[in-house]
Formats: sequence, C-alpha cells, structure tokens
Amino acid sequence: MNEYNFAYLDEQTKRMIRRAILKGLAIPGYQVPFASREMPMPYGWGTGGVQVSAATLTPNDTMKVIDQGADDTTNAISIRKFFQKTAHVEVTEVTKEASVIQTRHRIPETDLNEDQILVYQVPIPEPLRFLEPSEPETRKMHALEEYGLMHVKLYEDISRHGAIATSYAYPVKVEGRYVMDPSPIPKFDNPKMEMSAIQLFGAGREQRIYALPPYTKVVSLDFDDFPFEASKADHACELCGADNSYLDEVIVDDQGGRIFVCSDTDFCASRQQEKKGSAS
Amino acid sequence: MSLQPLLDVRGITKMYGRRIGCADINFDLWPGEVMGIVGESGSGKSTLLNCLAGYVDVDDGQVFFDTRNEGMKDTLRMSEPERRMLSRTDWAFVHQHARDGLRMSVSAGGNVGERLMAVGARHYGNIRDEAIDWLERVEIHHSRIDDRPTAFSGGMQQRLQIARNLVTGPRLVFMDEPTGGLDVSVQARLLDLLRSLVREMGLSAIIVTHDLAVVRLLADRLMVMKDGYVVESGLTDQVLDDPQHSYTQLLVSSVLQV
Amino acid sequence: MITVSNLSKYFILHNQNSAVIPVMDQANFSVSKGECVALVGQSGAGKSTLMRMIYGNYVAQSGDIWIGDTNVVGATARDIIDLRRKSLGYVSQFLRVVPRVPTRDVVAEPLLALGEEQAKARSNAEELLSLLNIPERLWDLSPTTFSGGEQQRVNIARGFVYDYPALLLDEPTASLDVKNRSIVLGLVERAKARGTAIIGIFHDEAARNQVCDRIIDVTQFTPKVA
Repeated sequence: MNEYNFAYLDEQTKRMIRRAILKGLAIPGYQVPFASREMPMPYGWGTGGVQVSAATLTPNDTMKVIDQGADDTTNAISIRKFFQKTAHVEVTEVTKEASVIQTRHRIPETDLNEDQILVYQVPIPEPLRFLEPSEPETRKMHALEEYGLMHVKLYEDISRHGAIATSYAYPVKVEGRYVMDPSPIPKFDNPKMEMSAIQLFGAGREQRIYALPPYTKVVSLDFDDFPFEASKADHACELCGADNSYLDEVIVDDQGGRIFVCSDTDFCASRQQEKKGSAS
Repeated sequence: MSLQPLLDVRGITKMYGRRIGCADINFDLWPGEVMGIVGESGSGKSTLLNCLAGYVDVDDGQVFFDTRNEGMKDTLRMSEPERRMLSRTDWAFVHQHARDGLRMSVSAGGNVGERLMAVGARHYGNIRDEAIDWLERVEIHHSRIDDRPTAFSGGMQQRLQIARNLVTGPRLVFMDEPTGGLDVSVQARLLDLLRSLVREMGLSAIIVTHDLAVVRLLADRLMVMKDGYVVESGLTDQVLDDPQHSYTQLLVSSVLQV
Repeated sequence: MITVSNLSKYFILHNQNSAVIPVMDQANFSVSKGECVALVGQSGAGKSTLMRMIYGNYVAQSGDIWIGDTNVVGATARDIIDLRRKSLGYVSQFLRVVPRVPTRDVVAEPLLALGEEQAKARSNAEELLSLLNIPERLWDLSPTTFSGGEQQRVNIARGFVYDYPALLLDEPTASLDVKNRSIVLGLVERAKARGTAIIGIFHDEAARNQVCDRIIDVTQFTPKVA
C-alpha cells in the first residue's frame, strides 16, 4: 500500500470538512467547529489550512503555496511537496495560474478572480479570545452580536499608543454581522479581503473553519475619530520599484544597511520580468 | 408620582434541594426608592438578589420590570438577548468584590467606556470625555484614567465599579454588600457618594447588607430576612427604631454603639 | 390639620420574656391650622413616643393619626415618605449627622428633595443659618464637630427651611442660650402666622407660654399601672 488517498484525507473526512466549508460560506465570518484530523505536521504548522485545501482540491487544480508572501520558504515548499505527493496536482509559483492558493499571513498582491480559492492558515480564530478567555461566553457574544469588547481593545490601543496599534490580525466586521479575525495578515492586506475569489480559513488546533464568499463586505473596525488606515513602510521596492505593495525589510550588511523588497515574491518577480522585457 | 412600580416582585422562591434559599418573597419598588435587605449570613438575602438580577434560576416567582418600550415584563421569562441588553442599559449590579464587576486587565477608562461601546458609541474622544466625567463624579482623579484597576486601592476599585455601572444611566441598581471589606473611613465616603448619586440620578436601588448603618443611611424601606423568609418590612427608620418582630429586635439590639 | 383619635400603643419585648409594655391608651386630640399645642407630662409619660408615632417612626397598635387627608396609621412606607417630604416636618432632639455632608447642604436637603433647584435651596438654607447665628465659615463644614447648641440650630434650620403645613418640635430650645432661643421662638411664631399646625415639647415653661395656645397633658393617655 504505497498510494495515499487523493490529498491524504479519506473521503468521509473530506465530506465532513466540505460540509463545514459550506456552512461557513452560508454564514460569512461565522466560526464553524469541525473535527480536525491528525496531520503529518505538528499543530502550528498549517494543519487547518492543509485540511481545508485537501478537501477543496480536485485532480485538475493547480496549487500555489506561499508563506509570508514567498513561495520559496521551507514551509511553503514542504506543503507544496505534500500536495504533489498525495494529490499529484500541478503546482505553480505564478499567482495568475493557480486555482487554489494556500497562504500563511499574506494576501497575494495580484488581484484574484472568481475561479480561484484562497485558503488561509489560522492560529487563533477567535478575535475576542485575549479579552474574554471563556469559550461559552465568546460564543454567546457572537450569537448576540455583543461586540463592545472588541472596541474596548481598540480603545486601549489608542489610550496606550496614541493610535490603534494592531498591525496584523486586525479585526473586521463581515457583512455587518460577524466580527472575524482575518488571520495574522498585515492590516495593509485588509482592504484586499473584498475580492472576487472564495476565501476559506482553517484553524487546525482550534478546530474551526470560516469562510467569505466572493464580493463579501469586509470592514475593518475603527473609531469615527480614528479611522482605519492600511499603512505600510514608506518606501518602494528595491528590486521592482513597486510603491503599492507590502514590503519586507531585509538587513544586507553588518553596518545596519537595509533594503525594502516586496514580500510577495511572485508579484516582484513578474514586475522585474516586465521591466526587463520593456527595457530590451 | 408615577402610576406603576418600577419593579414588582412576586413569589420568588429558590430551593437548594430541601434547603430553603429564599421563600415566597414579594415586594414592589417605585422609581427613586431605595430598598434595603438585611439579615445575617444564611438569611437568603444574597440569594434573593441573585434571583432578582437573573444570575440564579428561581424555582418559582416573577420579576416584573417597567421596561421603557413594552410596559411591565417578567424579566425571568425574557429571552437571553433581551435580558443581557437590560443588564447593560437599565440595570446595574455592584458586586461586593470589585474584581467581580470590573475587567482587571483593562484600563479605568476602558472599564467605564465598555458599556458605552457595547451600546454603539464609536467616537473615541467622546467616550474618553465621558469616562473622565464619570471618574471625577466618583472622585477618582482623571489622571488615573489609563491605569489598570490592579493599581487601585479597594475603595477606588469599588468607586470605579460604580462608575462603570452608572455610565449608561440605569434606572435600577442592585448592590451586594457595597461597603463590605472596606476600611471604615472609606465606607463613609462610598456611602456618601452612593447617597448623592441615587438622589441626583433618581435611581432605584436594592441594597443587600448585613450592616444596619448602611441601610439607615441609604434605604427608604427595609426588609429583614431570616432563614429565607422576610420576617419584617417597612419604613427603614420605623423598622430600626420600633422593631415588631423578635428577630428584628434581636438584630437591632445587637448592634454595638460606638 | 392634625387629628389623633383613639390612639394606643404597647411594646412587646420578644427577647425579654415577651414583656408587654403599654405606653399609650386611647389618645385623642386635634390641632388646627395656625395653632401651636404643647405636650406636657413628666419624663417617661410618652411625649416623645407620641410625637414619633405621629411622624410614623413608631408603630401604633390601634387608632388613627390624620395629617390632613392622610392616616399615618396603616399608611404604606411610600405614603409616609411622601407625607414627610411635603406635609410633615420634624425637628428631633438630636441631629443625626451624615458624615461629610456640609452644613449648608444638610439644611437645604428638604428643599432639594422637593425638586427645588440647587442655587435657590442653598440660598434659603443660608438665610436660615445666618438668622440662627451659625457663622458663614461653618457652612462648608460637616456639623459632625459642632457643639450641641450649634447642631441643634442646624437641626432647627433644616426643620424650618420649607413651609410644612404640619410641624413637630421636640425640645427645640433645649441647648440654646437666651438670644438664640428667642430667634427660634420667632420662627415658630412666623410658622403659626403662616397657618402651620404645630405640636411641640418644651421643657422651658417660659418658651411654652410664649408660643403655645394650648397644653395637652399626655399623662391622661398613659396606661395606669394596675
């Protein structure tokens, strides 16, 4: 017995996860509990995202996996290899060519379309957890739309730092109803969450799945006098010149020299290609 | 004078197995009235308060409250969202231990502002101004607005709890031993504050305490409880100065004169 | 204005072998508007007891006490509170002091309870305090540390700050010197002229003779020891 079942998980498990996904899509932003399986990687390494991807993939899909925007980090490579081995699907680094994209902590810079699915890896799905440790209580708060506490958190930020200091995993309100944790993406990416693709969120350790259908309204929480700002470093990419993409800061020498480069490797590479192409 | 009571309590009974928590308690409370409930440990006074506030399920009885929009409604049979809304707006509960009524990891301003944010306040500046206003009213200096309650003394924590509860202008306040565990001088200050707030805001209050001095100062009416039953009730000064029931007489005569 | 009819009272001391102490038997009298009636009788005869019963502070076992249209006996707590706010004033022998409240506010309290606006209530209070020779520097202080005489004058000021239709005075001139005593008696006269019905206990015969129209000897209502 050398072959895995398609995408590793057995069919009944995939069915269970698909039911959870459908529930999640029917109630955007609502956390659906699911029976998370043991996966061949430890908790904290993307088991939720992997299970959602595994249930979503079909043999004709083309998969892209990124970690912090890059295709070539250890984790992205491991997960990509995992699906190549267990599902034999085509893989790619080009965003435009992928039908399923699994991501950790970033949304690709390239706009996604209606034929694509974005799968997020989520550590803690509950946005209220740090202020209210009780699970039954947070469930009630979501059920009764009692989100005052969320604004207390933002209030505390402003009183302590002069501005809303949350820079990633910035809470959002979905379709005017549920408050959701978008996973630890930088707040710069929040506006991108209103997109044409399907977005699926999987938390393996916490056993929750939630989802956003295409064109869902997603609004970042703020105060009237402290509106949300999708901020980024005040630089352009050193390699491709883009001034509207999220940047990583890279230390280049021992004297504190640094450059800023696009975090999204595919985006940066294709822009560099273009420039080379137009230059010649 | 209003035409109907703010609160109409009927037949509240709570049993713990065969032990009586409280039995067949009836009374009404009118706007602006303060009712004291006194008794010793085991009298059932805290049980009664928790039943009224909806923290504990009753075995029998109704608690009719004059809601703003729908007249007299039995709060014990309200849906949970309704009751939770009530407890954030029209009702308030001041706990004996401030830490049960505060978020200890949130700043004083955040604690006071929470109820405002819970009912939709979305302007940081305004929320902060109101929080400062309320802190001053309970005699906490506004410079402490960003401090956590863990940095406050017991009396300050209790005053913060009061501010947090009163910021949405509730009409009915439940208090469970509000001065319990505080130093005597601190108690005096707190009682004085409560007196003036009750009068200024036209609050109705139900105060459970074992301390007769507290009820003499704050309560218009008094209920004396023993073993789960109300043994005597009436005008505070009359019950304390001319007690009719044997237990009340015992209670009053046992208080040490200073 | 004030009518007491067939009023009786006894105490039962449950924790002392249920001893029954009868203190009043079939009291009957009335006081008209503008009248000041003095209760007399030896110490222990029941003068203060009767006054407390009229105020609703003591329970009557039988009989009626009419203040205008309201019967204090059997009235609900709410009704008595309302009566005390609007119709029935009481100057007791001792000032019960609430810690921290300044004198001016202590005196203004009855007006504030009636919904009078703060500035006016306070200025009325100040008028009376001046009249009763309480120096201005004391107005912001709590009466806790005042002398007996000063406390009594604060008590009186509070009793007269609002024009009650009915007024009960328990030894209003007791701790006062001659000058202040006559000021207080002046207040009583003014109240009478306004039509207030007054019941007073005056230890001081001269004071009594000056302001009271009638005397009622409560000894006639004291139950006879068999």
